[in-house]
Amino acid sequence: MTKTIQLNTTERDPELWAIADSVVDPEIPVLTLVDLGVVRELKRMDKGVEVTITPTYTGCPAMDAMAADLKRAFEQKGFEPVTMKTVLSPAWTTDWLSDYAKEKLNKYGIAPPPNSTADKNALLGKPKEVKCPRCASNYTSMISNFGSTACKALWKCEDCKEPFDYFKCI
Amino acid sequence: MSQGINSSLIKFVVRLGDNNLILGHRLSEWCSKGPFLEEDIAMSNIALDYIGQARVLYSYAGQLDGGKNEDYYAYERREHEFTNALLCETPNGDFGMTVARQLYYSVFAYALCNALLKSKDETLSGYAGKAVKELAYHVRHASDWTLRLGDGTEESNKRMQHGIDELWMYTHDLFATLESDKELVAAGIIPDVAAMKGEWLEQVKDVIQRATLTMPDVNAWQMEGSRKGRHTENIGYIISELQYVTRAYPGCEW
Repeated sequence: MTKTIQLNTTERDPELWAIADSVVDPEIPVLTLVDLGVVRELKRMDKGVEVTITPTYTGCPAMDAMAADLKRAFEQKGFEPVTMKTVLSPAWTTDWLSDYAKEKLNKYGIAPPPNSTADKNALLGKPKEVKCPRCASNYTSMISNFGSTACKALWKCEDCKEPFDYFKCI
Repeated sequence: MSQGINSSLIKFVVRLGDNNLILGHRLSEWCSKGPFLEEDIAMSNIALDYIGQARVLYSYAGQLDGGKNEDYYAYERREHEFTNALLCETPNGDFGMTVARQLYYSVFAYALCNALLKSKDETLSGYAGKAVKELAYHVRHASDWTLRLGDGTEESNKRMQHGIDELWMYTHDLFATLESDKELVAAGIIPDVAAMKGEWLEQVKDVIQRATLTMPDVNAWQMEGSRKGRHTENIGYIISELQYVTRAYPGCEW
C-alpha cells in the first residue's frame, strides 16, 4: 500500500511536509506525526517556519516531546526561528489515520480503529470488530478502555491468548 | 469584547479549569494504589485528561486576563481563589466512593461540554470538541463500574451505595452559577448551567437504578459556596501538596 498524506490544506509545500514527515511519534515510532494527523499546518515565514499542531488528547504527555522533535527537525534543516502553534479545533480524530498508517500500526502490534467515528457505536465503546494484530482472529475482548497511553485501550485475543493494545476510535 | 463580559468569562473559564485541576489531582492520588493494575492505569489516564483540560482552560483564562500563564492559576493562588466544585475536592475514599464521584462529575461535565460545542466563543467550543470525546470515555467508565459494584456482591453493593449517599450533598453545587454568568448566557457563550440539573438527575438516576442502588433523596440538604471560593477543609491539603515545590523554590523550572 502506498502512502498518501491526507490533509485538508489545498496547497502543500513539499519540502516542509517532507521534513515534518521525518519526525516519528515518540511512543509509536512506526507512525510519523504527519501519519498521525498531529501536524495541521506548515507555513514559511519571512524568517523561519510556523508549525501548527493539534493534540491527540488534551493531557497527552507526549505532546511536549512531539513539539520539541518537530522544532529540532526544522532547525536542523536550517529553518529558524521555528514558531510552534497549537490548535484545538477541529478536534483530532482517528478518522485522519490513513489506511497506510493503520496497516503500519497493525504490523507494529497495535490494533487500529476498525471503524470511523461517524459510526456512533465506536464512540460508545462498541467497536465493530477488533482484530488481533498477531493472529488476525476476530475473537477478541476488551480488558480495559484505558491502556499504556491516552490513545490506547487494552484488549486480549481469546484465540492466541495474547494481550494487545488497541488504538481507540475517537 | 466588553470589559464586563471579559471578566465574567474569566470567572467561568477558571471555574471549569479548577474543576479539572482539582479532580485530576485527586484521581492522580490513585496512581500506584489502584485496586488492580488496569484500574490503576485507567485512573491515571483519566487524571491526565482532566489535567490536560485544565491546562487548556488556564491558558485561555490567562490570555483573557492580561497575559497570566497556566502556572499562575495552578500554583500561585490560595484556597479561596479556587472556585472548583466542592465535589471535585472530596477525598478518594474507597474505590466505590471514587466511582460515585466520577459518575456525578462526568455526567455533568459531558453535558456541559456538549452544550459548549455551540458556544459563540471559538476557544470554548474548540475546547469542548476535544473534551466531549474524552468525557464520553469517563462517563462509560463510571457507569460500568457503578453497575458492576452496585449489582455485584453484598459488600460491593454496600460500598457503592455508601459512595452514592456520602457525596450526594455536594452535587447541587456543580450547578452553581454567578450573577455574572447571565451575560455570558445571553451572549450565547455558555449554557445556563443551573438549568442542566434536571437532565443530569435523570441520567444519574437511570444508572443508579439499573445498578440496583437506591437513589438519594433529591430534596435533601446540599452544600454550596464553591463559586465564591468557600470550600470544605479538603482544599487546603490538596493545595499544599500541589503547590509545595513552587512555594519552596519560587520560579523554578524542571
